Amino acid sequence: MGEAIVTDVVIVGAGPAGLFAVFELGLLDIKSHLIDILAKPGGQCAELYPEKPIYDIPGYPRVNGQELVDNLLAQIEPFHPTFHFGEMVERLEVLGTPEAPSFRVHTSGGEIFESKVVIVAAGGGSFQPKKPPIEGIEAFERKSVFYAVRKMEDFRDKHVVIVGGGDSALDWTLNLHPIAKRITLVHRRDDFRAAPHSVNSMRELVAAGHMDLRLGQIVSLRGEAGELSAVVLKGSDGEAEIACERLVPFFGLTMKLGPIADWGLNLHENLIPVDTEKFETNVSGIFAIGDINTYPGKLKLILSGFHEGALAAQKVHRYVYPDKRLSFQYTTSSSSLQKKLGVN
Amino acid sequence: MVKITFIDSFGQHRTVEAEEGTTVMENAIRNGIPEIVAECGGGCACATCHVYVDEAFLEKTGKPSEKEEDMLDFAYKVQPNSRLSCQIKVRPELDGMTVTTPDRQG
Repeated sequence: MGEAIVTDVVIVGAGPAGLFAVFELGLLDIKSHLIDILAKPGGQCAELYPEKPIYDIPGYPRVNGQELVDNLLAQIEPFHPTFHFGEMVERLEVLGTPEAPSFRVHTSGGEIFESKVVIVAAGGGSFQPKKPPIEGIEAFERKSVFYAVRKMEDFRDKHVVIVGGGDSALDWTLNLHPIAKRITLVHRRDDFRAAPHSVNSMRELVAAGHMDLRLGQIVSLRGEAGELSAVVLKGSDGEAEIACERLVPFFGLTMKLGPIADWGLNLHENLIPVDTEKFETNVSGIFAIGDINTYPGKLKLILSGFHEGALAAQKVHRYVYPDKRLSFQYTTSSSSLQKKLGVN
Repeated sequence: MVKITFIDSFGQHRTVEAEEGTTVMENAIRNGIPEIVAECGGGCACATCHVYVDEAFLEKTGKPSEKEEDMLDFAYKVQPNSRLSCQIKVRPELDGMTVTTPDRQG
């Protein structure tokens, strides 16, 4: 375990609300680190609808999800935020006092942060792999059913069934092919949305007899004590068993609240209640902005997340600089703000 | 108004009046139809508004787009009459259509 990263604020979630919070905090000389389970910034905007136009961002008659994210990244660039991708905040220790809070934040990747403030901007929660509704699948998880490939060695000399038609399924088919005993790719139709060159490589392997492609859906599992012996495939011509020791289903992502539920925060239907002056939770020093919070009249709009971040930053300033008075300034006229933005 | 009936996985029928030009999913959400989640809000980005369309109406609703087929890969118990209800626009020809919801959306 390495040394703790010391920062003013840890922001949980790098979607639009978390990104813009960096800007509002930066104007007040507050430094932040962002942690996100995805491999890139933008949250739902980048993951679910990068190419969908959004029509209700003030000042943009029309902007697509990825453009908005790119613009936010350009906007916060002067404040040099540090991103930690592919990690989930697993545990949060409350240190300090309500008047002078501080926190220790532990991520799934083993990183530790020490901060004065935590801002939860986690949207609908963390993106986690969807599980197929196959009866009894839980008993096989982490032993012979995996929703991601973490250690390739787990698949060496095994007969592996991979399910899906996207890039994850095709990439792992090709990556595991050299070390697995046999790969069977299962997809519900003979049409793949993965990159064409990986689909072609897969088809070549199938044509040469080096792997199998089966069309249909997996309906049940066979095996004992978590060790898979076969899966049952339902295709257009009925059911058939495929003998195998590993199953890797790629069914996309869904949002789950995840470990946030265990941080001692009040929750209301998987949302975090906050006040509407500071957007602070029931724990002093932990704020919640964007889709994850709730208060009377809440609207789950990106613009609400921006507003909430701006107001939260004012109170965060009091925790980070207890002895400094904060005077309100405009970016249009304040030379000190313009200096921070690098435009003056 | 166009009448659309949702049949849940327990067999219960619920009929709603749908406005032309809206989507079948929007009418489900507006009327609190169970078993339709619509996590992404109609963006064809999540496959949690999956329904089975009554065979008699399959031709009228048309075929899923390529994008919709890609999303259906993420749905469960997909059948030849599977559709994402956010991609079915309500038109007068759909009056009297029934759609069945699967027992789970993921």
